[in-house]
Amino acid sequence: MASTIRVRAISSGETTEVQVLIQHPMDSGFVRDAKGEIIPPHFIQQLTFEYDGRNVFVADWGAAVSKDPYVKFSFKGGNKGDDLKISWVDNKGETDTTTAKIQ
Amino acid sequence: MNMTGFKTTMRLSILAPTFVLVIAATTSVLAASSEADFKTAYAAAEATNKEAGRLRNQWTVTAEALADARKAADKSDFDRAVASAKEAEALAKASIFQATSEKEAWKNLEIR
Amino acid sequence: MASAALALALTAISSTLAADTPDPVADAKAFRNYFVTKFPNVKPEDFVNGPYALNEDMRRQWEEKEQFPPYEFSLEMGKEMFAKPFRNGKSYADCFPDQGIGIRQNYPYFDAKEGKVITLELALNRCREANGEPPFSYVGDDMAALTAYMAFTSRGKPFDIKIPDDPRALEAYQNGKRYFYTRRGQLNFSCATCHVQNPGERMRAEILAPALGILNAMPIYRSEWGGMGTISRRLTTCNSQIRGVPLEPQADEYRDLEYYLSYVSNGLPISGPGSRP
Repeated sequence: MASTIRVRAISSGETTEVQVLIQHPMDSGFVRDAKGEIIPPHFIQQLTFEYDGRNVFVADWGAAVSKDPYVKFSFKGGNKGDDLKISWVDNKGETDTTTAKIQ
Repeated sequence: MNMTGFKTTMRLSILAPTFVLVIAATTSVLAASSEADFKTAYAAAEATNKEAGRLRNQWTVTAEALADARKAADKSDFDRAVASAKEAEALAKASIFQATSEKEAWKNLEIR
Repeated sequence: MASAALALALTAISSTLAADTPDPVADAKAFRNYFVTKFPNVKPEDFVNGPYALNEDMRRQWEEKEQFPPYEFSLEMGKEMFAKPFRNGKSYADCFPDQGIGIRQNYPYFDAKEGKVITLELALNRCREANGEPPFSYVGDDMAALTAYMAFTSRGKPFDIKIPDDPRALEAYQNGKRYFYTRRGQLNFSCATCHVQNPGERMRAEILAPALGILNAMPIYRSEWGGMGTISRRLTTCNSQIRGVPLEPQADEYRDLEYYLSYVSNGLPISGPGSRP
């Protein structure tokens, strides 16, 4: 199955800028479906970016983050060709992971 | 604001809401309504809304008023049921007026 | 006073004339002129970007997101759907000219045999039904994904809507134009109220798009919807937002409206699938 994580990491000497788009329903648990029944909560709880053995960005999310979340951030360091590992875990225990090369 | 090229008419936008206001004012003097009163009022409202449908111009609020009337009637609150049905009929009439007058009035908005 | 009355009478006559004998070429020219004059700093092709052409802050956010557009998932799904054959072995490519690639800018067109306007959404469902597949909902995700892919293959191509020399085609065009300017719903708005009289202004938190080029970005990923939505979805929801009961998706009025709006945007590039707030 294709990864849910699209990532682009670009190094500009001292810092690396990372953009990520994740495919996930991010159901809050407050919305009802057409039949009037609650759509159960299903959202990413933790999103982690790992570089060179350490976490450069960790996000603790809740129900307020919208569907198909997009994240953009920068961190100090990161060289072209190095690996950046991204993983998420949601409230149902589902996960996905991907590794991208810094450009 | 640049008005070159077309003119607007304000007539219709003022008329439509006053229709509803008049009906709302008169409902307060109605005596206790019966189920028969409700059935008559509801039938009239439905028929008028159907005519609006034929003109392809029904309003969502008309359907809401009709639903409110039916819900009130189900609880035997016929005063409210009749009031809502009459409001539905007024809204439906306004939507018919809108469709009819817009047949010509639309030209005033056209870019030329 | 007399000259004013005469001027009024003349305008009344000319408006009747204009309405009775439609001149689409003149209409399109006037339509384009209106917006270009109203927004002199906007490049004509840029109108297809709707609110982003009229608001700097929104544009900046949009350009940033375009590096990683939210519609990517739907677009990919649409590509897969388009390529997948039907149960009978045929595929969408068999229903359309040029295998269905790079043709979105030609829709809607007037079908002389049937005497009606055919939109892309309608053509897609007809293709499905002709090949034994159930039609998609016009307001659902599947039709949105499919039309997103087809729009994508036409990105950059200018709208090229044709009105054949056929009184029925002219009538359809005129119906569409009339629908666009007719006020409806309890709020008494016409399409023109927002998109001709108030583009660039705010409707609650949204910036209103100009009518010129408004269909070029369709279908659109709306953040409000959290997903991709078709032209049918937008038209029906616009109706209910002004408290008018929407017609059936792909009703005559909507198809004629799409015909008119696409024609007056001829020459402007397809920018779909788009993203909007």
